[in-house]
Amino acid sequence: MQNFWQRFLGNPRVALSMLWLAFIVAVAAAAPLLAPTSPFAIVSKPFSPPFGDFLFGTDSLGRSLLAGLIHGARTSLLIAIIATIAAVAFGTLIGAIAGFYGGLIDDVLMRVSEFFQTIPAFIFAIVLVAILAPSAESIVIAIATVSWPPIARVVRGEVLTIRSREFVQAAIVAGQRDMPILLGQVLPNALSPLIVTGSLLVANAILIESSLSFLGLGAPDLMSWGFQIGAGRPFLRDAWWLVTVPGVAILVTVLAINLIGEGLNDALNPRLRDQ
Amino acid sequence: MSDAVLAIEGLCVALPSWADRPLAVDGVSLEVRRKEFLCVVGESGSGKSVMAKSILRLLPEPQVRVTAGRIVYEGQDLLALPPDNVRAVRGGRIAMIFQEPMAALNPLMTVGRQIDEILEAHTGMRRAKRRSRVIEVFGDVRLPEPERLLASYPHELSGGQRQRVMIAMALALDPVLIIADEPTTALDVTTQAQILRLLKELQGRHGTAILFITHDFGVVAEIADRVAVMRQGKLVEEGSASDILLHPQHEYTRALVDAVPSLTPRRAAPNAIALPTEQPLLSVLGVEKTYVGRGGSLSLGRRQVPAVAGVSLKIAKGSALALVGESGSGKSTLARCIVGLERADRGAILLEGRDIAGLSRAQLRPYRQALQMIFQDPFASLNPRWRVADIIAQGPIVNGTCRKLALDHAAELLRLVGLDPKAADRYPHEFSGGQRQRIGIARALAVKPKLIIADEPVSALDVSVQKQVLDLLDELRTAFKLSMLFITHDLRVAAHVCEEIAVMKDGVIVEHGATVDIFAEPRHEYTKALLASVPGRDWQRQLASRF
Repeated sequence: MQNFWQRFLGNPRVALSMLWLAFIVAVAAAAPLLAPTSPFAIVSKPFSPPFGDFLFGTDSLGRSLLAGLIHGARTSLLIAIIATIAAVAFGTLIGAIAGFYGGLIDDVLMRVSEFFQTIPAFIFAIVLVAILAPSAESIVIAIATVSWPPIARVVRGEVLTIRSREFVQAAIVAGQRDMPILLGQVLPNALSPLIVTGSLLVANAILIESSLSFLGLGAPDLMSWGFQIGAGRPFLRDAWWLVTVPGVAILVTVLAINLIGEGLNDALNPRLRDQ
Repeated sequence: MSDAVLAIEGLCVALPSWADRPLAVDGVSLEVRRKEFLCVVGESGSGKSVMAKSILRLLPEPQVRVTAGRIVYEGQDLLALPPDNVRAVRGGRIAMIFQEPMAALNPLMTVGRQIDEILEAHTGMRRAKRRSRVIEVFGDVRLPEPERLLASYPHELSGGQRQRVMIAMALALDPVLIIADEPTTALDVTTQAQILRLLKELQGRHGTAILFITHDFGVVAEIADRVAVMRQGKLVEEGSASDILLHPQHEYTRALVDAVPSLTPRRAAPNAIALPTEQPLLSVLGVEKTYVGRGGSLSLGRRQVPAVAGVSLKIAKGSALALVGESGSGKSTLARCIVGLERADRGAILLEGRDIAGLSRAQLRPYRQALQMIFQDPFASLNPRWRVADIIAQGPIVNGTCRKLALDHAAELLRLVGLDPKAADRYPHEFSGGQRQRIGIARALAVKPKLIIADEPVSALDVSVQKQVLDLLDELRTAFKLSMLFITHDLRVAAHVCEEIAVMKDGVIVEHGATVDIFAEPRHEYTKALLASVPGRDWQRQLASRF
């Protein structure tokens, strides 16, 4: 295990990404302390440029961009992480059952997941949020609904190969029941691809959440990075910072999570990388 | 020496940092002489394959790379040649045959075209000339109907035919030296015997030198002119085949020779003979199992593969029966049916008189403790994420033993199978293949079974380790008064551990009897062929007659 952390954090891209992510998480956690006033509060005259009274300036209504960013980090991360956990939990359940039992169950579950995969993910998410009325919960549901099929497929593939391994047969011969075999023998060995896919899913979830908010389908009472970009878009030529600052925040955070996912993959499968 | 085709001088090959030792090959010097059959023998990890691959620069560089030494061929150092010149030597003057013919052939190209391609790349022959050359080499390696086979794809051929194609490919350009890396290890015994005979014959006819890598001293005895023994990257002994095989000097060579399972059949222990009136522990009556190929939903006909076609056998309390057969004979399927991993289509499996054949997994649970299995692959049969103690204690815990007691018992079992009880807290990856197989045996013993089904338990192990594991099984069998069904493809192994043998072919048992009788007087043609194919029989007889 020590070896794993050495390989993981020894990669400079991963180390930098982890630093950035830790910073964002800290900011999100401490949001009420860092920016005690509501991010929707009007604090100054509109369009004050960055590095004046306010670090990142103010937007078209005179709201502090920095306060918005701080609270937006909270929204984006929270929604992305909850949605990912939901998608991973559901996808793992479906994939594990399909892979472990095979046959008709597998056929039915995989056809269902294919049905979800054939619908363009983002359009599907928009439709879901529109039907459920925009709120934090409906965004989580929408993201989880469009994200679980790839997880299910990854888990199913892993379970299929692990199920035929001899230690699983040994457990059957020992008289273990299905659930302990699935939870104790099979799934722990499917963990590494699951962790990698799951971490990449967080980045994807942040993107979907931002896109929904950009289109005005975000939670109306929550500040978010996508909402900031959407609100700043008409003034792109007069006040460039309105779009640029939250845009860069999204870019760097998504990039950091992707690099961490890649780093996890390299660290969990060291031999693959070198071959 | 002037008649050397290839001279390896002080070769060192470095391994990547995560390997267990810094050098795969450590200062090896070796000569392959003109027209000789040189066998390099060693256990897995001895560096013999790495050495062979470095000759043709096939190492997975830069992780594994040559750090010192020269490989001299026709006065040139192959290691210093530019890549283009190496390519001309590779395939042209020095050819290579690999272990796994299915992996070495391109599945999307006909075998004829694959050889044609070599001729096209290395010679200026015209198409018609090339075709006749391909047919010629196919005939040379005794492939039936060369014209028809030209247009076949690798998957349409049997394992033996594929390896013949590989040999034909190596022969196509009349090389001076052929390097064969365990070319018969993946083949059945009878096929192996044919391929060995073919190689020896071709070598005599074409005068090619052959560098043959193997782990099996039986194979060495069949074909070698000269033998080199490798251990942990170093050459420990080198000499003529007769010297090494009959008078090994180095103690490691002696240990390897001793470890080859002897062909002396095991006699039934007098106390093990069951009274005829006594009920057998296990009776298998007319068991059949057919696999139905799971075609796609669009395919109409479903392929049916009969794996076991009506097998009956009995195992008395305390006896050991070896089920011998080649791949595809249905022996493993039968074992899986008995232990309840598959359900037999027809027939009865009586465990102490009660039929367990048709039971569901839940119904079978009470009988699990009586039946345990030892698996083939020691690397796949232990859960890498569990501690050894938990792996062994799993069976008893499932069956209701309290956890603490089961873990204590696991430590005791580890001592019994010859491992340090401290091993209990470690994970499987910290153990070698032989040690893992011991853990597998301890796991099977943990629930105090009556019958152990061992499915090729030593075929993934090195010969020297094989013997230790077989002896351990034997010891435990008497200590625990176990019955055993031992599944193997190797008659030598069967003779070593079991007093009774059943020979299986194409899903049926063709011969069944006491080991002594079968070895003395095999009745069925197939048994005779199997016995005749055991590599190194004459040598073993010579060895035996010396004592």
